[in-house]
Amino acid sequence: MTIDWAAFAPWESLAGGLLIGLGAALFVLFNGRVAGISGILGGLLRPVRGDLAWRFAFLAGLVGAPLAYGIVAALPAVQIEAGTGTLIVSGLLVGIGTRYGSGCTSGHGVCGIARRSPRSMAATATFVLAGFLTVYVLRHVIG
Amino acid sequence: MQVLMALIAGLLFGIGLIVSGMADPAKVLGFLDLAGHWNPSLLFVMGGAVAAGFIGFRLARKRQCSLLGEPMRLPTASEIDRRLILGATVFGAGWGLAGFCPGPALASLLFAGTKPAIFVVAMLGGMAVFELIERVQRWSVPHRL
Repeated sequence: MTIDWAAFAPWESLAGGLLIGLGAALFVLFNGRVAGISGILGGLLRPVRGDLAWRFAFLAGLVGAPLAYGIVAALPAVQIEAGTGTLIVSGLLVGIGTRYGSGCTSGHGVCGIARRSPRSMAATATFVLAGFLTVYVLRHVIG
Repeated sequence: MQVLMALIAGLLFGIGLIVSGMADPAKVLGFLDLAGHWNPSLLFVMGGAVAAGFIGFRLARKRQCSLLGEPMRLPTASEIDRRLILGATVFGAGWGLAGFCPGPALASLLFAGTKPAIFVVAMLGGMAVFELIERVQRWSVPHRL
């Protein structure tokens, strides 16, 4: 392993992380809910009356974030190497996996660890490990 | 008010994802590539997010209802079962494949071309498949309800 110092950005990462955590903290304090993106999005496919407006509002904020960011600063360049086929397969896996495992990087990773939930810690360790293995196979075994 | 706070929380969450660089799949894959040129930035994102979240959840834990008078709806499941581990494994494999997880994919929909949209549509398809399987199972095994 070598560390990619050129791409390492501890301060931006920490500042961005604090904003993510602030969003999650305000959400639980004011709305009494966990800011788990896959759960908020997936809940739209299981519509319950009176349960849709806050989901759409949270997602609108998330999707609209670059518009707000763009007012203050130039949006960063984003590099997406994956082609269409890979994006479709990975999207399907992420959709099924997050719903079956009841959470993703936000619900289990951020909120679950912040709640000190052993269940979420186990889930986070599992998906990070699966991510490590997938990238290892793709870049160092096949690639 | 509840809807407005959800919008603000989502906005902060999304801005945080952009500021932290996690809306960029290349940076996420840089973290997941332990054997290559490893980028530890994601650890700092998690550190900051968990630290701020920790304070929020600690304050929330003592409350009977939210600041807007809503009931507290915190997860009650504590079991580490096959379903959790299998789901997390499938999710992690998909995450490592393109470097996208649900939050960053949604936050980059409006500024990173058409690729995030392809991922988001496929992800919604995956979620719909899950709903379908759940419904068929509930319908065919009614006594499980």
